[in-house]
Amino acid sequence: MLKTTPFHARVAPLCVSHAWRRWAGYLVASSYELSHEREYHAIRSSAALFDVSPLHKYRVHGRDAARLLDRVVTREVTRAAAGQVLYTPWCDGAGKVLDDGTIARLDEQTFRVTSAEPNLRWLQDNALGLEVAIEDVSESIAALSLQGPASHAILRQLGEVELKYYRVGSTTLGGVPVSVSRTGYTGDLGFEIWLDAAHALVVWDALIGAGEPYGITPAGMLALDLARIEAGLMLIDVDYVPANKALIGRQTSSPYELALGWTVNLDKDHFVGRNALAEEAKRGPQWQFVGLELDWDALERLYVEAGLAPRLPSAAWRSSVPVYAGGDQVGYATSGGWSPLLKKYIALAHLRSRWAAPGTVVEMEVTVEHRRRRAAARVVKRPFFDPERKRS
Amino acid sequence: MVDAIIIGGGHNGLVCAAYLARAGKKVLVLERRERVGGAALTEEVFPGFRFSVFSYVGSLLRPEIVRELELARHGLQILPLESTLTPLPNGDYLAQWSDPDRNRRELARHSPRDAEAYDEFGRLMHEMARAVKPLLGMIPPDPASLAPRELLGLARLGRTLRSLGAEKFHALAKLLTMSSADYLDEWFECEALKATKAASGIIGTLAGPRSPGTAYVLLHHYMGEIDGVFRAWGFAKGGNGSVSEAIAGAARSFGAQIRTNAPVARVLVAGGRAKGVALESGEEIAAKLVVSGADPRCTFLGLVGEKHLPADFVQAIRRYRLRGSSGKVNLALAELPDFTCLPGKGPHLRGAISISPSIEYLERAYDEAKYGEFSRRPYLDVILPSMIDPSMAPPGRHVMSIFVQYAPYHLNGGWTDARREAFGDTVIDTLAEYAPNLKAAILHRQVITPADIERIVGLSEGNIFQGELSLEQMFFLRPAPAWANYRTPIRGLYQCGAGTHPGGGVMGASGRNAARAILREGG
Ligand SMILES: Cc1cc2nc3c(=O)[nH]c(=O)nc-3n(C[C@H](O)[C@H](O)[C@H](O)COP(=O)(O)OP(=O)(O)OC[C@H]3O[C@@H](n4cnc5c(N)ncnc54)[C@H](O)[C@@H]3O)c2cc1C
Repeated sequence: MLKTTPFHARVAPLCVSHAWRRWAGYLVASSYELSHEREYHAIRSSAALFDVSPLHKYRVHGRDAARLLDRVVTREVTRAAAGQVLYTPWCDGAGKVLDDGTIARLDEQTFRVTSAEPNLRWLQDNALGLEVAIEDVSESIAALSLQGPASHAILRQLGEVELKYYRVGSTTLGGVPVSVSRTGYTGDLGFEIWLDAAHALVVWDALIGAGEPYGITPAGMLALDLARIEAGLMLIDVDYVPANKALIGRQTSSPYELALGWTVNLDKDHFVGRNALAEEAKRGPQWQFVGLELDWDALERLYVEAGLAPRLPSAAWRSSVPVYAGGDQVGYATSGGWSPLLKKYIALAHLRSRWAAPGTVVEMEVTVEHRRRRAAARVVKRPFFDPERKRS
Repeated sequence: MVDAIIIGGGHNGLVCAAYLARAGKKVLVLERRERVGGAALTEEVFPGFRFSVFSYVGSLLRPEIVRELELARHGLQILPLESTLTPLPNGDYLAQWSDPDRNRRELARHSPRDAEAYDEFGRLMHEMARAVKPLLGMIPPDPASLAPRELLGLARLGRTLRSLGAEKFHALAKLLTMSSADYLDEWFECEALKATKAASGIIGTLAGPRSPGTAYVLLHHYMGEIDGVFRAWGFAKGGNGSVSEAIAGAARSFGAQIRTNAPVARVLVAGGRAKGVALESGEEIAAKLVVSGADPRCTFLGLVGEKHLPADFVQAIRRYRLRGSSGKVNLALAELPDFTCLPGKGPHLRGAISISPSIEYLERAYDEAKYGEFSRRPYLDVILPSMIDPSMAPPGRHVMSIFVQYAPYHLNGGWTDARREAFGDTVIDTLAEYAPNLKAAILHRQVITPADIERIVGLSEGNIFQGELSLEQMFFLRPAPAWANYRTPIRGLYQCGAGTHPGGGVMGASGRNAARAILREGG
C-alpha cells in the first residue's frame, strides 16, 4: 500500500483529475485539476501550495552536529549562522554526487537536513566518534511549500514572517508553531513550512483561508516540474543518477559536472570526496550541466516540412534526448518542456565541456511525425527565468 | 540628433521602438498622455481597483515578440481564460470548456451533432490559421507593382495558398466572402453556440453577424493556438497595461528614451522628406526618420497635413473607415456576480461570459446601431480580471470588465454625459437580467463611449482597431493601396500602428513588421 501524507484528507477531495503519482512511497497529486495549466500559472502570478511531505527529513542535533554535516557535504556548514539554510550536494569517496538537499541551521547545535533519498545510514556511518544524534523525522514532520509572488502576503495574514532568501525561522500559523524557510523548488519568491504532522490539517486550512483572496492554488507535481526547469534546477534520478545507484562509472557525476562547483569548498576541513574533487578542480570537468533554448524557427521549419504546425509538449518531459554538434553526439538533455511564460522550448542538458559555453549552437533531437530530426538549440545561462522577487 | 522618433507610446509604437533600439538606433518615443500604453493600458481608476481600461484580453500578442524582447523578464505573464459561458434567457446556459470531454458533454446537452462537429470545426480552422499565419509576419507585397521584391512576396503568398489543398482552399474562400452567421450555419445548429462564435467576427466593426466578410475575423481566434499559446484567449497579469509596460521596459533596456506628456503637433516636412516633429509645446525635435503609431487619419490628415500628400492618397485616407462601434463598462464590485443559470463561485467566473444568446439577438443589436442608436440589448463580453489575477482588486473585492457592442460613434444627437450614463444603465440592466445581485454589488462604475475612446486614447471615431478589420481594409490595402508596407508618400516617415497590416488587437505585429521594414531599408 502507498502511504498518504498528513494532508491527504484535504488534498484527496481536491484532486478531481484523479491524477496521482508516487513520491518516496507516498501518494501525491500530479495535478488537481484536469490540466495543470492553472496550477503552473499560480506559481508565477499568485501563489501555489504544494504538499512536499514525502521529502526525507533528518534532525541532526548535538555538540558535533555541524562537524558531522561539514564532513559529509561539500559546502562549509560550520560557518553557517543559526537561521541560515544551505543548498548543497554530497558525494561519495570518489567525489561523485550521492544526493542534493538543504541544511537548515535551526540553532547552534540543531540542523534539519532534507534529501531526496534516504540518508540515515550515510549520516550515521560518517558520525563515528562524534557526539551527535541523528533522527529520521520524515514521518513526524509534515511539509508544505508556498510559492509565488503572493506567498509572503499570505503568510503575513497568519503570522510574523520576515525572512531573507535562504533563511529559516519559527513562527505560528493559525495558532500552530511552525518552522518556515524562504526556500523552494520554483525559482520564485516562496517559503517552505515545516510542522508537526499532527497539526497538518489546521495549518492547511489556515493557509487556504488566508490565501483565498490572493488566489492561493493547490498545485501538483506537473506544475512544479515545469517551474523547476524554468528555474534551471535539477532533479535526482532524472537529471543525474546518484552515485550509489549507478551501475557503471559513466553514470555518475561530480558536482563540477552538474554545475555545482560553487558549492564545493576545497579550503574547509576534510570532507567525503574532497581529494577526488581537488584533482578534478585542477583538471577541469569533462561535462557541464547547461540550459538549452531551442530555436523556434528551426523547430517550426521541421514541422512545416511535415505539413504540420509545431507540436509542443504540454507537460515537462523527463527522458534522455541526444544533443549533437557538427554531426557528433556531444551530450544529452534530461528534462525539458515548453515554457508558457517565456514562450520558449527549453531543456536541461549535459554537454561535453567544449560545447558548453553560453551562446554555443548545438542541435537537439526532436521527433517530428515519427521521424527523428534535429533542431538548432543555443546554450544559455540557467536559470531561464530569474525574477528579482526571488531574492529581494 | 536621434535616429528615429516614434509618435505615440501605444504598444505598437513601443514594439517598434524596442526593435529599432535593439538594432542600435537612437530612439525617442513621444507619447501625448501621462503614461504609455494607448489602448493597452492599466489604471487604478478607483482606489485599490485596477482596470485594463480599454482592451482587456491579450493572447494575440505575437509569441516571437515575447521571446525576442524577453518580455517575461520585464514582467509579462499571460494567464489562461479557461471557458466561455453564454447564459440563456430561458434560465439555462451554454458553456465551452477547455477540457475537450467536458466540453463535448456540455454541447451534447444542446445538440449532439454540434458536440461532434465542434472538434472537427476547430481542426479545420486551426489548419487554415496555420496557412494564413505567415501573412501576419509578412510585409504586404503590392500586387500592382513590378518590383522584384514585391513579385517575390506575391509568389510566396501564392505558394502558401496553393499548398492548402482543395478542401481548405474552398473553406478559406468561404471565410473571405461569407458572413460569420452563414459560415457557422454550415457547421452548427445550436443558436447560442453560433452566436457566441459569431460575436468574435463583429468586434471592432460596424457590421452584424449576417454582414458578408465577418467570417474571416473568426480565423484570428485560432491564430494564437498554433504558436504554443494553447488557448485562444488570455489575460495579462496586471491587465493589458502590463503588456505595454513590459515592452517599454524592454525598449528602455535597449537604450530607447520614452517621453510622456509630449503631444506631437506636426511632422516637420521639407522637400517631401520628414525632418522631425514639432510638439504642441512648440519644441522642435529633429530626427533622421519619424514613425507614427497614431491611426492613419491622425497621422496623415492631422500631423502631416494634406498639402504635403498626393491627392489620391489623401482620398484613400479620407475613405479609410473608422466607424467606432464599441464601448466599455468597468465595474468595481463588493462581491461576485451570481448567475441564475449557474449559481455560486465556480470556474465559469474565471472565463469569459458572453451575452450572445442567438444570432438574431446580435443582428438586432446591430440594427439599432445602423440607425444611430446604441443597442437596447447589446452584445456583452464580460470578464472578471480579479478572478484570474486577484491583485487587480483589494482582497475579497472584484473588478469586472464589460466590452459592449454596439455603441455607434455617430450617435443620433451626439454623445453627452446623460447619454453615456443611459448607455451604462442599459449595459448593467442587460447583465443584471442574468445575474440579479449585480446592481447591489456595484461600488463604482466607469462608462466609456466611442467618443471617450477618441478623446482619451486619440483613436479617431473611437474605432478600437485604428480602422475596421473589414476585408477591403486588410493586408495590402491597409491603410491605403500601395502604402501597406509601413512606408508613406513622405520619405523618412513610416507607420507602425494597428492601422497597418495585420491590424488591431494587442498583437504587436504592426510594430515589429514596421521596424523590420525600416531596418531592411537601412533606415
Ligand atoms: C475599448 C477597447 C477594447 C479593446 N479590446 C481589445 C481586446 O480585448 N483584445 C485586443 O487584442 N485588442 C483590443 N482592443 C484593440 C487594441 O487595444 C488596439 O488595437 C491596440 O491597443 C492598438 O495599439 P496601437 O499601439 O497600434 O495603437 P494605440 O493603442 O491607439 O496607440 C496610439 C498611441 O499614440 C498616442 N498618440 C496619438 N496621437 C499622438 C500625438 N499627436 N502625439 C503623441 N502621441 C500620440 C496615443 O495617446 C496612444 O498612446 C480594444 C480597444 C479598445 C479601445
